[in-house]
Amino acid sequence: MIGFIAKRFINYAILSAIATLSAYVLASIILNPASRYLGRNPAPSTETINSILDGFGTNPNTPVIERLWAWIVNLVAHGSLGNTIHNTSVISEMTARAGTSLRLLILGTIIAAVIGVVLGVWGAVRQYKTSDQVISYASFTVLAMPSFVIGILLMITATTLNNVLGIQLINFTGEYTAGLEGGWWVHFWDRAAHLLLPTISLTLMGAAGYSRYQRSAMLDVLSADYIRTARSKGRTRGSALLRHGVRVALIPMSTYFAYSFATVLAGAAVTELVFSWHGMGEMLMQAIQQSDINAFTGAILFNAILILIAGTLADIVYAALDPRVRV
Amino acid sequence: MSMLDEASVADVTAGTPEVIKSKKPVSRFRLISSRLRSTPRFWVGFIGLAVISLWAIFGLAPNAWNYTDLDVRNMGASPSGLHWFGTSDIGEDIYAQTIVGLRKSLIIGLIVGPLAAIIAGIIGAVAGYIGGWWDRAIVWVIDLLLVLPSLFIFILLSQVLKSKSWVALIFLLSGFGWMIMARVIRAQTKSLRERDFIKAARFMGVDTWTIIRRHVLPNVSSLLIIDATLGIGGAILSETTLSFFGFGIQAPDVSLGTLLSAGQGAAATRPWLFIFPAAILVFTVLSASLVGDALRDAVDPTSGVNRD
Repeated sequence: MIGFIAKRFINYAILSAIATLSAYVLASIILNPASRYLGRNPAPSTETINSILDGFGTNPNTPVIERLWAWIVNLVAHGSLGNTIHNTSVISEMTARAGTSLRLLILGTIIAAVIGVVLGVWGAVRQYKTSDQVISYASFTVLAMPSFVIGILLMITATTLNNVLGIQLINFTGEYTAGLEGGWWVHFWDRAAHLLLPTISLTLMGAAGYSRYQRSAMLDVLSADYIRTARSKGRTRGSALLRHGVRVALIPMSTYFAYSFATVLAGAAVTELVFSWHGMGEMLMQAIQQSDINAFTGAILFNAILILIAGTLADIVYAALDPRVRV
Repeated sequence: MSMLDEASVADVTAGTPEVIKSKKPVSRFRLISSRLRSTPRFWVGFIGLAVISLWAIFGLAPNAWNYTDLDVRNMGASPSGLHWFGTSDIGEDIYAQTIVGLRKSLIIGLIVGPLAAIIAGIIGAVAGYIGGWWDRAIVWVIDLLLVLPSLFIFILLSQVLKSKSWVALIFLLSGFGWMIMARVIRAQTKSLRERDFIKAARFMGVDTWTIIRRHVLPNVSSLLIIDATLGIGGAILSETTLSFFGFGIQAPDVSLGTLLSAGQGAAATRPWLFIFPAAILVFTVLSASLVGDALRDAVDPTSGVNRD
């Protein structure tokens, strides 16, 4: 089992590294960091621009391969990802933002996975009953919505609710209330309240996809012979379904989870932007808009590491559930 | 990541024999269409798509306003008999704008879905049939593209495409929409490759490309049709998300995404700017995905992960 997981981990690690490096090359080819200085009045001289860009290691006159090598050497030797165009280090920018994104991502993914699995199993067990139909159509509808539409619809609902109740029950703009006075507890509740709508938004999207997939996997298992065997040896229906059904149906789910995680990341970036959170999603978008190659690569590296972790976790779950890979 | 191959491969040829009273063997096409006709979900989606398409084509005719008209006497008006979906704050008729935006989004979806399916079919079949280093390289590129969230690559590449017309967006979306299906096709091709009829063709000296074109692709065509249908909704979603953030369709073109982006700020105070385009978007994508899902059931009722 250790061998299996180590092999998968190395596979993911290589993929993530190459994804990051390709992102750097792609960004270097497409983005033009000089454009930030060209439109100024009075215009800075070419030498000035060149020396500024050389400082960032993003001068388009240097061949891409040389810049890439310098970037790698800088990362390996100094553990640095370079500077953003605002001359702050990319790492410090990332550490300031990562917590915001991770809070949303971890909560959203876990809740979505749990709800998705439960709904999927429920739908499969009660196939074609009313509750199954409701779950199916609801998840189709959610899957048909872009993530920003879900976010904005939730905001409209919250605003209406606040207006009806006459109090500011749900706060949703930003990550916390600026200038809030009070102790640790007050701040905690404030952040939790701000977290509510983005988490619901991310959870809805995730749970809709997972429940469809889990339902199909579960239906497959339900018709298998070993469920009947488990029943005939005297297990109750619930216990047979849980011990022999859900456990087996979770195996394909773990693969699907690893595969869908990139989509979840994109969805989370959009959700952050809609709720104006200053997270990694915003960093990535801004980096592209401002032609900031170093910041962009940093944000992609963050995503690649998350995919690496999610993929490895999914493989651990896979190995734990499926005894065949443990041999 | 090789586990997915086993997980999502549907055995295309394994249809359960359905009882249709007839002496002649039932053709596959008739079998599928008879299954489709008995699926309520198919009808819901099909009628939805038909209504939306007809509306996109003829919807502008009964409306008094064109999408570029500015009604300066009714700026920011709520829905009324004069402006069915209300007006924006500079007096644009939202109904006319929604139809024009819907047209663009529909065209993009209807082109990108099939185009991505064709790419998936060709690449998947080549990888699965030729095997060896080609196969390894292709699988590797697919894995790479799945690790890099495609939304981020879209946004990056859209910096180049901004100056070009919206047609470039079609190629961008189809260029990154084929990966998952290509994996499935590849796995399917690998098993087809060992079948007798393909072996026979190979031993008779038919060249590789002809075998892929004449024997492999027709055998995975049902998968590709499903993928093309499901891809319509996916493409519309990607397009609207990109346009929403200003990376996709650029002014003066209008799509549902740019409309939603314009209406976003007023979503709470003047909801008609946001709700109508959003509802039509969701309805369109929902219809397309219901049809795709019903097709998937009809083609392969026994397939595991895709079964419904």
